[in-house]
Amino acid sequence: MAHTIPLSWYLAISVVLFAMGALGVLIRRNPLIIFMSVELMLNAANLAFVAFARSFGVLTGQIFVFFVMTVSAAEVAVGLALIVIIFRNKHSIDVDLMNSLKG
Amino acid sequence: MGSSGLFSLVPLIVFLPVAGLLINIIFGGRMSEKAIGALASAASGLAFVVAALLGFALWTGSGEAVVVQFADWIHIGDLNVAWNFRVDTLSVLMMLVVSGVGTLIHIYAIGYMHEDVRFKNDIGRYRRFFVFMNLFIAMMMILVSGDSYLMLFVGWEGVGLCSFLLIGFWYDMDTLGRPSFANSDAARKAFIVNRIGDFGFLIAGFTMFWWFKDLSFSGVFSQAEHIASIAPGVILFITLFLLLGVAGKSAQLPLYVWLPDAMAGPTPVSALIHAATMVTAGVYLVARSAPLYTLVPQAQATVALVGGITALFAATIAVGQYDIKKVLAYSTISQLGFMVAAVGMGAFVAGMFHLVTHAFFKALLFLSAGSVILGLERGHHHLAGHGDHHEEVFDPGDMRNMGGLRKQMPVTFWVYLIGALALAGIFPLAGFWSKDEILADAFHKFPAVFWLLTIAAFLTAFYMGRQVWMIFFGKPRHPAAAHAEESPKVITVPLMILAALAVLGGALNLPGVHSLTLWLEHTIAGVEVGQFNFLVAGLSTGLALVAIALSWVLYGRQPLAEGQKDPLKKLLGPLFTVFERKYWVDEVYWALFVNRYVDIARFLANVIDGRFWHDWFHEKVIAGTYNWLSRTVLDLRVDQQFIDAIANGLGELTKRISGSLRRLQNGFVRSYALAVLAGVVIILGYLILK
Amino acid sequence: MNLTLILFIVLTAVAVASAAGLLISRNTIYAALFLVLNFATVAVFYLLLGAPFIALAQVTIYAGAIMVLFLFVIMLLGADKLPRGQVLPWQRPMAIVLAALLLTEAGFLLFQRLQLTSSLANPEASVNTTETLRTLGMALFTQYLLPFEVTSVLLLVAMVGVIVLTKKEKGEPG
Repeated sequence: MAHTIPLSWYLAISVVLFAMGALGVLIRRNPLIIFMSVELMLNAANLAFVAFARSFGVLTGQIFVFFVMTVSAAEVAVGLALIVIIFRNKHSIDVDLMNSLKG
Repeated sequence: MGSSGLFSLVPLIVFLPVAGLLINIIFGGRMSEKAIGALASAASGLAFVVAALLGFALWTGSGEAVVVQFADWIHIGDLNVAWNFRVDTLSVLMMLVVSGVGTLIHIYAIGYMHEDVRFKNDIGRYRRFFVFMNLFIAMMMILVSGDSYLMLFVGWEGVGLCSFLLIGFWYDMDTLGRPSFANSDAARKAFIVNRIGDFGFLIAGFTMFWWFKDLSFSGVFSQAEHIASIAPGVILFITLFLLLGVAGKSAQLPLYVWLPDAMAGPTPVSALIHAATMVTAGVYLVARSAPLYTLVPQAQATVALVGGITALFAATIAVGQYDIKKVLAYSTISQLGFMVAAVGMGAFVAGMFHLVTHAFFKALLFLSAGSVILGLERGHHHLAGHGDHHEEVFDPGDMRNMGGLRKQMPVTFWVYLIGALALAGIFPLAGFWSKDEILADAFHKFPAVFWLLTIAAFLTAFYMGRQVWMIFFGKPRHPAAAHAEESPKVITVPLMILAALAVLGGALNLPGVHSLTLWLEHTIAGVEVGQFNFLVAGLSTGLALVAIALSWVLYGRQPLAEGQKDPLKKLLGPLFTVFERKYWVDEVYWALFVNRYVDIARFLANVIDGRFWHDWFHEKVIAGTYNWLSRTVLDLRVDQQFIDAIANGLGELTKRISGSLRRLQNGFVRSYALAVLAGVVIILGYLILK
Repeated sequence: MNLTLILFIVLTAVAVASAAGLLISRNTIYAALFLVLNFATVAVFYLLLGAPFIALAQVTIYAGAIMVLFLFVIMLLGADKLPRGQVLPWQRPMAIVLAALLLTEAGFLLFQRLQLTSSLANPEASVNTTETLRTLGMALFTQYLLPFEVTSVLLLVAMVGVIVLTKKEKGEPG
């Protein structure tokens, strides 16, 4: 089977997913959902990487994706730990309630 | 050092008195009264010696004028005036009179002022008197020795100043020592009236400079004829304005009014300044300006008439005066009228001759009057006891308080008598010769003036007789007169010397010998040898004797008793009152000029200066505008409303901007994230559009 | 119409729908499950793109580990529904506008400017799983060794950090 899907289509998907992830970050007030939206954005980026890797025929993109995944795993771990702590202190995880840094 | 070398001594006549006054100023505080007086008299005396030496040098020399250059003074444009001394017969004559009579008066003043400062209770003022006297001598010397009209004017002004200083010597008290400003008023009057005369002199001086481009005597006189030919009105103008100066300084009509008031000064002052020297400066001026006056007969006639009318006018007033010094003052004015008339007519020698003899006997009369006054004051002093006499109003100069003084003050009586006879013009005293020469010249040259002067001479003899009878004969009309004492030698000796001069002074220009004429010939061109006119001499002597007899009838035969009215009053009635009140001239002047001037001054001060300048212009316009500008405009509008508004506005703006910007940092993470996304979109958009 | 295209379209739809589901769902568990679906779809995409290892890694790490972690925490916190608040009223409209703009710009860039019309290379020729795997491993341990090691340290740090962060202090209420 010939792979006839143009690169730009993959990139378009990537962008769409990215935009939706961004929207999620901005709209939702639950930090867990926000985090998940961030993961979605990261995924969109990964997809773009792999599409480019395939397009240029090098593996560098895939290696990069590898690293992104690892780092995002670590980041999720720490982030979730922070959310747990915040919940412990404030008994709520509404992001809008955490505005004590306001100027 | 030959006779030419003697001429170089001439600056000493000025600087010796200056040295005298400087020493008295600096060291006088530590010197005794006698030392101060002696020093001043010595300064004046040495000046006399120098003058005599100069006279000697002229006499043994050619007699022509010698100009001794002293210092450069002014060099501006066309005006070149140097301070040069002119030694010629006319100036040396004046120098001798001034320093000679001046020295005698200085010696007299030693004694006179010694008593006067004790009567007035201000011993410390003694020194100041002699300083001023020396200053006067110095200034008078500058006047007579100057080689230009400007140097003459310097001395002219200087003697005017000294006159002011000396008349107002007792500036804060009257004759009895009570607080009063009468003397300073008199001094001021003298100065101001003199100023009017000075104005005339200055106008003449300016005109002279404008036309002649020179102010020195030689320069002016050499060009006089030329200017007269091209512009005769100029010379007339100059001479008439010089006449105004003469009228001021020599107390002629209409500027004579200061001289009677000047009697407020101490008697030596009256003698020196207002009888012998300063007032003669005007006569000297006319004599010096002979080359100018001879070119304009109309000016000469004017001068002569002014002199003649003044002579008669003043003589009538003298008849009605009661104060001993006032009689002499008006007499001086009258005699000055004689001199001015003489030089006006062109009889320069006669005028100068009378100047000299008048200096002798008028100084003698004034000083003797001073002696009389002192005598009365001594008597009063003894009467009332020490310190008491300030309360009683006693005028030691009022002749009505005197009488019978020839018994108490014999020396004074005799010298006074000699002076009076000399003034009356009785043969062979000095006054006879000089006055007669004037009358003789007038008879030939100007008959109208001759008659004026003759009548004045008649009145002169009359009022002098009246004086002598009233003062020295009859019974004392006041206890002070009864207790009067003779004056000490330091006073009477100069009197006797002057009396001798009054007797012998005629020898200066006896007819036939004509010493003075020959002497002055060197300086004044065209002097004629006076002819002795028996008719005139006889007439004048006869009239004088008649006048004396008349005065005896009225005052001598039945001497005035205490409280009795003046018999002349009964005789002449209202006419006597006119004389007594001196024709109300002072009152007229006050009403016409002085009060009007005061009104103008007040108007200018209160309305123009006060209300207009100060209240309106300064306060409202300048200060008000400034205040308005600073308060309303600058402070309120500009500073507060504009600048402050800007400054505050900027602050407000910053506050608002920061306030609004602050809301960006609302603490909500989501809005921060929104901002990040917005930034991404914008950057992408930029990249696309690029 | 070949199979790849159909597959692609289906997968796209699923991906977008699951993403939308994540955005919209009120229930956090449902949102997490939607995300898992999304991850799976993306894994298939990877396969289509000839990156089998990455696809498996995706499933294992993302869908397996990360999402499980998420679910644990969700259940721990018990955060299902949140009350609607009224803060930041402009947030949602602005976000939608911006997202739309972003899409527009990206679309413009991709299809108008960049002209990326080239097809992707033939998969048959180059997709050989073992070959790809070996190359990947070689690159990882030779060329990219440093990032590899650093990443391992990073993981260690994350682990330690999590434990330290969540450790209860003495006397602190849980």
